[in-house]
Amino acid sequence: MLVAVLAGFILAALVPWLQPYLGERAGRLYALLPAALTLYFATFLPGVAAGEASQLALPWVPGLGLELAFHLDGLSLLFALLICGIGALVVLYAGDYLQGDPRQGRFFVQILAFMASMLGLVLSDNLIALFIFWELTSITSYMLIGFDHEDSTARRAALQGLVVTVGGGLALLAGLVLLGTVAGTYTISEIVTQGEAIRGHAYYLPLLLLVLLGAFTKSAQVPFHFWLPNAMAAPTPVSAYLHSATMVKAGVYLLARLHPALGGTDPWIVICSLVGGATMVTGAYLAVRSTGIKWVLAYSTVMALGTLTMLVGVGTEAAMVAFVAFLLGHSLYKGALFLIAGGLEHETGTKDILAMGGLRRAMPVTALLAAVSALSLAGLPPLFGFIGKELMLEAVLAAPFAGALLTLLAVVTAVLVVAAAGVVALRPFYGRPRETPKAPHEAPNAMLAGPAVLGLLSLLFGLVPGVPGDAFISAAAGALSSEPVHAHLALWHGLTLPLGLSALAVAGGALLYSRWDRARAAMRRLDTPLYERGPEAGYDWLMAALEGLARRVTPVLQHGYLRHYIATTVLTLVALVGFTLLTRYQGSLATGIDVRFYELVIAVLLVVATVFACRTQSRLGAVVSVGVVGYAVALFYLLFSAPDLSITQILVETLTVILLVLVLFKLPGFVSFSSPQQRAWDALVAGLLGLLVTTLLLVAIEHQLAAPISEYHLRESVPLGHGRNVVNVIIVDYRALDTLGEIFVVALSAIGVYSMIQYTRSTGGDRP
Amino acid sequence: MTRPRSLILQTMARLLLPLQLLFSVFMLLRGHDLPGGGFIAGLVASAGFVLFLFAFGIPATRGLLGVDPRSVAGTGLLLAVASVLPGPLSGQPAFTAQWWEPVIPLVGAVKIGSPIIFDVGVYLTVIGALLTIVVSLAEAEE
Repeated sequence: MLVAVLAGFILAALVPWLQPYLGERAGRLYALLPAALTLYFATFLPGVAAGEASQLALPWVPGLGLELAFHLDGLSLLFALLICGIGALVVLYAGDYLQGDPRQGRFFVQILAFMASMLGLVLSDNLIALFIFWELTSITSYMLIGFDHEDSTARRAALQGLVVTVGGGLALLAGLVLLGTVAGTYTISEIVTQGEAIRGHAYYLPLLLLVLLGAFTKSAQVPFHFWLPNAMAAPTPVSAYLHSATMVKAGVYLLARLHPALGGTDPWIVICSLVGGATMVTGAYLAVRSTGIKWVLAYSTVMALGTLTMLVGVGTEAAMVAFVAFLLGHSLYKGALFLIAGGLEHETGTKDILAMGGLRRAMPVTALLAAVSALSLAGLPPLFGFIGKELMLEAVLAAPFAGALLTLLAVVTAVLVVAAAGVVALRPFYGRPRETPKAPHEAPNAMLAGPAVLGLLSLLFGLVPGVPGDAFISAAAGALSSEPVHAHLALWHGLTLPLGLSALAVAGGALLYSRWDRARAAMRRLDTPLYERGPEAGYDWLMAALEGLARRVTPVLQHGYLRHYIATTVLTLVALVGFTLLTRYQGSLATGIDVRFYELVIAVLLVVATVFACRTQSRLGAVVSVGVVGYAVALFYLLFSAPDLSITQILVETLTVILLVLVLFKLPGFVSFSSPQQRAWDALVAGLLGLLVTTLLLVAIEHQLAAPISEYHLRESVPLGHGRNVVNVIIVDYRALDTLGEIFVVALSAIGVYSMIQYTRSTGGDRP
Repeated sequence: MTRPRSLILQTMARLLLPLQLLFSVFMLLRGHDLPGGGFIAGLVASAGFVLFLFAFGIPATRGLLGVDPRSVAGTGLLLAVASVLPGPLSGQPAFTAQWWEPVIPLVGAVKIGSPIIFDVGVYLTVIGALLTIVVSLAEAEE
């Protein structure tokens, strides 16, 4: 299973080398990996249906309780199959969609890395590992939305998606840490068995709110729904994959996964049902309001995510079965519809539904496939979407909280969705043919394969609900509950209330579709409160406020004067350390320190050189006297038997003087810039630091807070470190991680100097 | 650095550089038991190259180095990171030092360990970084 998760990352890393050799066939070959993974996960089907779960745990950072643990149960398997299956179709599709695009390689790197992250997310059995994969999906999504990075709309949309989902991710991290602390373990499969204890804990409410915030931002729930339609700036295969079938479902996945641990309480039911219900209606409404084909689909995805959240909130057995069926149905038809939308855009050159018409003659296969999937979206028999919607209505009717309200919302949504399905699948293909920017013809086969396979599955699962299998659906739904679930899917439930409501919805939707143009005009009057004063305006306001704040703070802190930077640093140090010294260690300075004569001589030399460096009017004199200070300090090291330090100090001093001499001739003549007041201030700052360090040392000699570690180092240096030079053993062995960090800093500063000088040279400019 | 070059400096630099390099390697290898180590050795070697740079100018120094100093720093970092790996590979935490003390005929017992590799990494990083800075500054001066 580890290999299955890592394979995507590995292939993604290899793409830059493979791409030049594969060229046009690349997409077809890469698609083999997700296809193979689909088959691999399919072999788990019988076991999972029988109620087994596979586990695998590898220690990662044992000190932090972090392990790469994977857990494959019904819910994970459902997601894994969707991720790999749709992934294979999307990668295949993208090969043709981006044909001849020089950025193809980059695209495949990102989408394969995304696929692996998403797989890791749904298979993780460790909260922290899950969070890491969660953030990886946000980052890959950011890069994919901003794929057209030369387009400012795409950049803005990418940033918006990132800020919203990662902002929620921060809340989620806090929530998961709380959850791990409360449960005493970060292993999810153990946490879900401790529901009682967690729900009764004092931290339950804060941790619930934090987790919900993370899930709602990721799954684009109201009021965070606005980032998802904007994410449609991404290439269409990305929209089909990330922003409809997989990534945005991560939030609902997390809700479902944690339902046995956190669900069933009043806050959970109220928040999830109401937020989900509101999202559902908002999404459906905005879908009908939109005219861009991808936007209609994006908003109907928001609708579906809202429905799923609502079902998790309702939390009954029926709701869980409906959750799984609706999720499966949605991924199949929405993935297909997005791929069809991409095909339409690719062949006609426009995304605007109003600009399309009568395309069924030019694109008969596309028209047929669109109709199949749109029927599933509208929830009409005999497609699988119908079963999902019927189950949803049934669950909502029996909801323990606000059942009537949720039912009303569900029916209104269903009406709107039927109309939206018509807009997507009928409007572009029927009616009067229109001129489009490109002369339309049928899309290439690789681009039709995805919608065809997904459409067929929608139809097959609908006609024969036994194909996904009651046992598998039960196993998936069972993961949401602490008790076993028994699901039975059927196309015909008899003459029930849900069927009646469906019929009503279809009639209403058909009516709405026939008056779509007029309805849109009416809806436009509501645009002001919905868009201009909606949550997106709030986001814009927040971002503008953040920039404004930065604009005001930056000039104060980043003024570009080294002198002031040093003063700020020194004064902060003096204030913080001085405060601690004064409040904790009053009146206990070391007295009676032996001073040898030669020590005094070096000290006087030091002081004289320092004063000279400050007073001199010659740069060379200053450099030399600073050098004298350095060598005097090195002498002190030598006297106190620290030869390593002493050698280092001497060498550094030498090189510093050389470096100073190198730049010395570049500098203009010596001018006294600072006024006497400024100098007095500088002297005060410097004096304060000197006073602080002296006091600190005198205090440190007097106080022994803990047994010095040097004895341990001296004792263990030879047996543990195999070396008699303790300083070196510390540097390369005991504290090697610190040293590694330090040499990285050394190399980085070299790169900094290099690039600064190169930049100045290349621009010929005065200031870098 | 187009000033006329000093013959004395050139002669000195040519003589001193090999000695300084030899001395730096000596400092590097003895570092684990006696004063020395990667940092110090790197500084000694850099000082040698800088002296050479002053005497002969940038193109000659670059020619002498044969590689870009930035690559030297990068190699050093890679080595240092690589020296972390023997621990995990033998099932111990990262950074766990691994030691071998083979007895080589005529030489006697030799201590070889991953910390030495780490120290060589430090050595190369210091040389590479310092020379990158000095060469950049010297080139800017031209």
